[in-house]
Amino acid sequence: MTETPIVEAATATDRTPVLECRNLCVSYFTRAGEAPAVVDFNLKLMPGEAHGIVGESGCGKSTVALAIMNYMGRNGAIVGGEILFQGRDMRTMTQEELRRIRGSKIAMVYQEPMASLNPSMRIAEQLAEVPLYHEGVSQREALARAESMLEQVRLPDPKRIMNSYPHQISGGQQQRVVIAMALLSNPSLLLLDEPTTALDVTVEAGIVELIKEVAAKFGTSLIYISHNLGLILETCSRLTVMYSGEAVETGAIHDVFDNMRHPYTRGLFGSIPVPGANKNARPLAAIRGQLPLPYARPKGCFFGPRCDYFVEGRCDQPPLMMHEVAPGSSHATRCVRFAEIDWSAAKASVAERQPVQRGQVVLRVEDLSKHYIIESGAAALIGARRTVKANEKISFRAHEAETVAIVGESGCGKSTFAKVLMGLEPASAGKVQLGEIELANLPVQRRDKHTISRLQMVFQNPFDTLNPSHTIGGQIGRVIRKFGVESDPKKVQDRVDQLLDIVKLPRDFAKRLPRQLSGGQKQRVGIARAFAGNPDMVIADEPVSALDVSVQAAVTGLLMDIQREHRTTLLFISHDLSVVRYLADRIIVMYLGQIMERGTTEEIFSPPYHPYTEALLSAVPIADASVRKRKIVVAGEIPSPTKPPPGCPFQTRCHYMIKGVCDVTPPPLREFGADHVIACHLEKDALEKMEPVITAGTAA
Amino acid sequence: MTTANISLDTAPVPFNVRIRQPTALIGLVLLMWVPLTLYVMFGPFLSDTLKSFVLLPAIPATVALYVIAVTSWRESPVAIIGATLVFFWLFVAVSAPYLPLIDPNKPLAPFAEMGAYKKDHWFLLGADFKGRDMLSRDLWGCQRVLVWGVSATLVAYAVGAFFGLLAGYLSGWWDQAISLVCNILLSFPVMVLFILILNYLGPSGFNIVIAVTFASAPAIMRIVRGLTLDTRSRDYIFAAQTRGEHPLRIMIFELLPNARGPIIVDACLRLGYTTVAITTLTFLGLGLQPPDPDWGLMIKESTKVAMVWKFSYMLLIPALSVSSLILGFNLLADGLREMSLRD
Ligand code: SF4
Ligand code: SF4
Repeated sequence: MTETPIVEAATATDRTPVLECRNLCVSYFTRAGEAPAVVDFNLKLMPGEAHGIVGESGCGKSTVALAIMNYMGRNGAIVGGEILFQGRDMRTMTQEELRRIRGSKIAMVYQEPMASLNPSMRIAEQLAEVPLYHEGVSQREALARAESMLEQVRLPDPKRIMNSYPHQISGGQQQRVVIAMALLSNPSLLLLDEPTTALDVTVEAGIVELIKEVAAKFGTSLIYISHNLGLILETCSRLTVMYSGEAVETGAIHDVFDNMRHPYTRGLFGSIPVPGANKNARPLAAIRGQLPLPYARPKGCFFGPRCDYFVEGRCDQPPLMMHEVAPGSSHATRCVRFAEIDWSAAKASVAERQPVQRGQVVLRVEDLSKHYIIESGAAALIGARRTVKANEKISFRAHEAETVAIVGESGCGKSTFAKVLMGLEPASAGKVQLGEIELANLPVQRRDKHTISRLQMVFQNPFDTLNPSHTIGGQIGRVIRKFGVESDPKKVQDRVDQLLDIVKLPRDFAKRLPRQLSGGQKQRVGIARAFAGNPDMVIADEPVSALDVSVQAAVTGLLMDIQREHRTTLLFISHDLSVVRYLADRIIVMYLGQIMERGTTEEIFSPPYHPYTEALLSAVPIADASVRKRKIVVAGEIPSPTKPPPGCPFQTRCHYMIKGVCDVTPPPLREFGADHVIACHLEKDALEKMEPVITAGTAA
Repeated sequence: MTTANISLDTAPVPFNVRIRQPTALIGLVLLMWVPLTLYVMFGPFLSDTLKSFVLLPAIPATVALYVIAVTSWRESPVAIIGATLVFFWLFVAVSAPYLPLIDPNKPLAPFAEMGAYKKDHWFLLGADFKGRDMLSRDLWGCQRVLVWGVSATLVAYAVGAFFGLLAGYLSGWWDQAISLVCNILLSFPVMVLFILILNYLGPSGFNIVIAVTFASAPAIMRIVRGLTLDTRSRDYIFAAQTRGEHPLRIMIFELLPNARGPIIVDACLRLGYTTVAITTLTFLGLGLQPPDPDWGLMIKESTKVAMVWKFSYMLLIPALSVSSLILGFNLLADGLREMSLRD
């Protein structure tokens, strides 16, 4: 981190906090009874301060924000405690006052920008409404303010944006408009609920930068809710870690990051891939077990059943209070044993693994291109066609037992590539060879059973990967029978049991329906299904991106163990460079359908970089306070794949761009190592002179 | 407080689980339905002895199904009322031969009034203009309406769902062709379509099935097509495709089961419409033929005499019976929808 957090915590301590939650309890009332969503939550937010709330899904972090906004819907209610806004209890305010405060003093930015924008109104009208309604200024004044605010949130060409409808601008721009709308009322408190989760990393980096900037400029206090510890580190000065509806640890960022005092916080940090982690030498450690359901929480410490330090008689004795870590300190933890645990001891280390030797080439891709031709609207009438180059001249090889990662943001063509490989789409040109078989133009219906079973896939969305109507056992068994591994019902059953063992699920899950499983468990079944036919190669399309971090570690670990055991080639498609760094042997960086850089993991993460790789590395938030990052700002957004820029695809955003060269000629391939290739016009020595983006800090 | 605690332990069984009970349920339904269909559709071909006991196994099956329905839908009073009405008529249909009723086709005392005692028989609901017992005719009459109504709906569903799956899953050319045909069919007023088809094919139960299929299948196909479009981009469909599964298998095993919730609700509503349609057709003389009792027929036969206020019961009794059955189907549909939305 090269920058200080947004604003130093308020210097004058006698000022009243902007917001204070005291023993806040929120419950939802459902048919199943009362489900406490937030229990005993405390927070004090000083003016100009930025406070992060971090936790996994279902921990109640969003409920806190909704309770502050008083948007809990018909079945939610504050059942205890109080929320003070600038020293006044919000529960004693009248409806009219609340409405005014929510409109002008507190603003909220949601994950989905379209949730806050009216699709049938021009941006200008929506923005102007804020000052018109809350301050009663004139129409002209309101429009002028709106436009200047759009400039402040760094939107290019504000005039054009003012006249657009929300769907005519990109997701990143929409989110900027939402932030502009929130700031127009000049709020004293801005609630951000996962504001960048739906965006690509390079776009996210821009928004995060913006949030920090505007908060400093307008002196706004922030509550930043996220599941991403790295983002919280970049934006906030204090944070609260939540687990199962409770705050488990709270304190200044550096206290919590460097001296965490709750086993859950520690588990959380242990399960995210930071630069030091390595799949062989320092594997990630998942937190065992699962988040308890809101109406089935354990007695005493909610983290008890998953905690390594659990002792009977103490940890299961309610109520558990927050303890100050040191007297008078603002760093507090909800762990009764925090003083006894040896925090400096290395975490119960996971066994080190031997690196795997890669075998022969399994997959050979040469100059593969996939173009779509679209004829749309009026263009179709006059016969005009547009070509979308989803994949352009992709070449690489994958060896046995190797993990090759394809990294890129949305629109980079990684999913199209998977479809071509799986035979769901024909290639437009080029070759794909799996062993001896040419696959590029062999649709899946024409592939024989053996070829199909050699190439299988793990899908992204755990809630979509299994058919909700069939049992787990039925779905795995179908694959076994389909690929002719076994056909005798008894043997199929045995094989299903075996596979469930491999993915570490109880055997009686075979009789369950997908809805009875958690996201992580479903993804395990997805893995079992992919490996049921003994494949040579598995394509994993973002297999963990929809899972919570603590579960992610377990699922990636499992995937790698199985791969290692079966010497399967893994093609790992991802947008997340930290996960990729952790598990890939070789990496392919793609942008708008083309390979920008290709090399071993080490080569990718150290100079020379491709300018895009450099930007990508700098954009990834890292949850490690000791790591320093070089800031590289990429301007703008990813161009639409239907209208790629001429020359180098990255030229619209690249700050090394050479006029007259990059925007005219496609970049040449520059080779560095045996298989390290960068597609760029920059000369070799210019590329080699780049400095590392990520450097480990003092204590590596 | 206590109620809240109790419900905490027994988490509600979700709708989708409830309607996909295992094979036992299907067995019970078949046990009820097959004998009834045999009896009604193929009655003339059955020997008298077979006819006398073929319906026996259906009676306990019906009762069992009713009990299951009531216990698993206990949270929705609307669904229970609907189920009660429908199962009442189902029970009457399967047990009609064993109930102490006199021959519904035997003329005894024309124009006997309600509660009259004539020719050694209590006419609880009176007799019609030919002297046939109204109670007996009304109860027997439900058989034909139920069997033909449900069969016609089932066939319409099979056809509509199949084309809906084809259009939704294969899309492109298939979708355009199927949708075009459906739009043409939907542009005819339903009654005109019925009358055209039945005039051309001649009035009979089987032709009613054909007519109902033509009239209902397009709407069903649209529903199923929509549901299919929704589901076909799911990852599990990709997974099946990358396994090299046959498109038909994907449609029937992967897509169709996930559309069952809305389909079942719609089917209940459609049963109601079909019952109305069949009764109307019979009334117009285009449907089931005399002399066997049937509600539509009873209404038709009594129209002339029912003009006289004193004899209006001859029309009201079958009319109320039809209404109660349709109401049952509609309430059932409402209840099921309500439950499925709550999950
Ligand atoms: S209170 Fe006990 S169970 Fe809970 S986190 Fe601390 S040591 Fe673990
Ligand atoms: S070719 Fe030019 S625009 Fe493209 S990455 Fe290299 S320097 Fe940047």
